[in-house]
Amino acid sequence: MNTGNFTSQVEASFLFVFVISLVLLIGITVAMIYFIIRYHHTKNDKPKDIHGHLGLEVAWTVIPTILVMGMFYYGLVGYEKMDEIPEDAMKVEVTGRMWEWKFTYENGTTTDTLYVPVDQAVDLSLNSADVIHSFYIPGLKIKRDVVPGLNNHMWFAADQSKRYDVFCAEYCGDEHAYMYTQVVALPRESFDQWYAGSGSAAPQVTSADTAQ
Amino acid sequence: MASHAVDVDHREPNYLEVRGRHDGILGWIMSTDHKRIGLMYLFLLLIFFISAMTLGFFMRLEQWTVGQTLMDAKTYNTLFTVHGVIMVFLVVVPGIPATLGNFFLPLQLGAKDVAFPRLNLLSWWLYLSGALIIFLALFYGGLPDTGWTFYAPYNVRTTTNVPLAVFGVFILGFSSILTGLNFVTTMHQMRAPGMGWFQMPLFCWGLYATGWIQVLATPILGITMLLVLVEKTLHIGVFNPAIGGDPILYQHLFWIYSHPAVYIMILPAMGIISEIMPTFSRRTIFGYKAIAYSSLAIALAGSLVWGHHMFTTGQSFTANVIFSLLTFLVGIPTAIKVLNWVATLYKGSIRLEPPLLFALSFIFLFSIGGFTGLMQGVLNLDIHLHDTYFVVAHFHYVMFGGTIMGLFAGLHYWFPKMFGKMYQKSWANIAWALQLVGFNMLYFTMLVMGYNGMPRRYYDHLEYFNFGHKLATVGSWVLISGILIMFINLLHGLLKGEKAPSNPWGGTTLEWQIEDLPPLENFDEIPEVHGGPYDHNTEAEVAK
Ligand code: HEM
Ligand SMILES: [Cu+2]
Repeated sequence: MNTGNFTSQVEASFLFVFVISLVLLIGITVAMIYFIIRYHHTKNDKPKDIHGHLGLEVAWTVIPTILVMGMFYYGLVGYEKMDEIPEDAMKVEVTGRMWEWKFTYENGTTTDTLYVPVDQAVDLSLNSADVIHSFYIPGLKIKRDVVPGLNNHMWFAADQSKRYDVFCAEYCGDEHAYMYTQVVALPRESFDQWYAGSGSAAPQVTSADTAQ
Repeated sequence: MASHAVDVDHREPNYLEVRGRHDGILGWIMSTDHKRIGLMYLFLLLIFFISAMTLGFFMRLEQWTVGQTLMDAKTYNTLFTVHGVIMVFLVVVPGIPATLGNFFLPLQLGAKDVAFPRLNLLSWWLYLSGALIIFLALFYGGLPDTGWTFYAPYNVRTTTNVPLAVFGVFILGFSSILTGLNFVTTMHQMRAPGMGWFQMPLFCWGLYATGWIQVLATPILGITMLLVLVEKTLHIGVFNPAIGGDPILYQHLFWIYSHPAVYIMILPAMGIISEIMPTFSRRTIFGYKAIAYSSLAIALAGSLVWGHHMFTTGQSFTANVIFSLLTFLVGIPTAIKVLNWVATLYKGSIRLEPPLLFALSFIFLFSIGGFTGLMQGVLNLDIHLHDTYFVVAHFHYVMFGGTIMGLFAGLHYWFPKMFGKMYQKSWANIAWALQLVGFNMLYFTMLVMGYNGMPRRYYDHLEYFNFGHKLATVGSWVLISGILIMFINLLHGLLKGEKAPSNPWGGTTLEWQIEDLPPLENFDEIPEVHGGPYDHNTEAEVAK
């Protein structure tokens, strides 16, 4: 299911490596089991010293090289997009501190849940008040560290109206596991209404599916 | 490998019986015999392993329910930190070189001891001291709760005794450097006549590549730990941004050591697998030179990839791309090794004994570790996977499924040569099967949870992760019971086992040519070497 601007590409990268890995893993495992049965000493008591085979060794140097270069390329293409923040992105200041998140919008509104319009690019400006945290939205398959003294940025666009979990992904002390909030992606009109009212009433997600 | 037969009539007492300057326990803790030092390392290391495993058991138990199950958050955080610190710095880093390496390197080379026996004993004392210093924190300020990585600036914020632990790690570093230096020198200077570099057993090659990393990379850890101490005691800003330091600098310095350290952990284990595969196939290893060179390639390339731990920190785009590319390069020599091991079974005459079983599960588990490593090397995918259970599962596949399974394989392989006794093979097989099943139940589940977004170092979890956590916890019980059965079986073998023949597996390397247990100086007469280390069948033909 496609729920963010990066998800499909991350999933494609995963699938690419996963399929190659699965084929190779099955190949290796089946070969081991087959050899053990076929060349068990009860069936084969005359072993043969084979010191190597140039063709094979070249093959299993070259083929993995090609495969991993393919993986590298896949990752690079997907990552380039994560690094380029669109001009028209909506800007939100994010402050992480032990152990809570605070969001400040351009009109001065502050919240502890992040409200965004669906299909809108959002540019998060990440700052930490104390130690390193990491802003992680698993549903959108994106994260970035929140480092004191370093103003990192990350961006995303949610393409479904629902709630997404947000975890702190960099260990930050006692309550690290409770440094939790949500991204709530709203239909454009609901968002505008809420934003104009400066967060007077917390908006609701209409869609039934929450979290994940 | 042919060697002169040992003269049975004039046998010296073996290394366990021999009486030196000291008796009793002093005869051990003051001994410079590489075999006794190896066993002393093994003794401490297994105690540490079992302690840290127990912590792992309780961590898994805590995850049984949402909310508190057994302990509070602070305790949980201390548990995973201490678990990680013990497993990394006291178990897998000294790991195979200090234990089996110490015992078997000189034997495999046909040498009387390592190059610097007294330095070797000093390394052991440093190891013991480093460990004690870390545990002192238990009584002074509390054990650290920073995670085994001691990241800045949290390492300054926490109230626990980080400086003491860091100082302990600093001391352990010296132990590691001295061992590496000792082994590299030994291999350069003390190979038996006729043993060129490419007649050296592959276990030695693994130790050789490791030795260089120990010598070259560990000082960086030392310096980093010193800087942490300086910052914490003198308040000079190095890593803490509040006083002008740079926390990212800490991560660079930490991983410049700690990533190569991963190869310190794995290369010797790969060496053990390269011994076991030919022995139990009764044929020579496939691609000897490729395996030897790939150890060096891994050591070299592995020293240049540390930045792949930092893809999400905000380091520059270019840096991320370069580190990703280099990371994939490490995959190539690794793949070469795995394929050569599998090919070594081809046209062999296979004995499916416990050491081979452990070696096969090494290949299987380590391959999964390698493949999941590739996934984390993929830039956009790692942004998602970083700091989740996926990473935790990945490094358990590599360090536990790799290094520790390699150690278990080696223990079962060399047990008869170390103690002259044999364990019960049927129990070893049962233990192996339980470990394989439990391992995957625990860590494969964690891979899936990680992909679904479960962050690591979490005391608590959301409801929808609970099923996965329960499954993983049950897996940990199966795994741990397998490990306990294995240790009990080995202990039973040590105390009550039947006498083992000198060469129960038909090994071709020099250590197996020694009659019974090795004497104090290993060889009554330094052997002369002809041919490659794993020539099973040429020798059989000569005998005919
Ligand atoms: C029976 C065995 C084991 C169990 C049940 C176990 C379990 C765990 C658990 C539950 C965590 C915490 C995961 C998290 O929330 O981040 C963990 C972390 C870790 N484990 Fe293990 N583990 C075992 C063996 C090992 C072995 C053999 C090694 C190394 C060779 C190892 C190295 C580590 C490290 C380095 C960490 C990370 C600690 C940190 O985040 O600071 N573990 N383990
Ligand atoms: Cu945090």
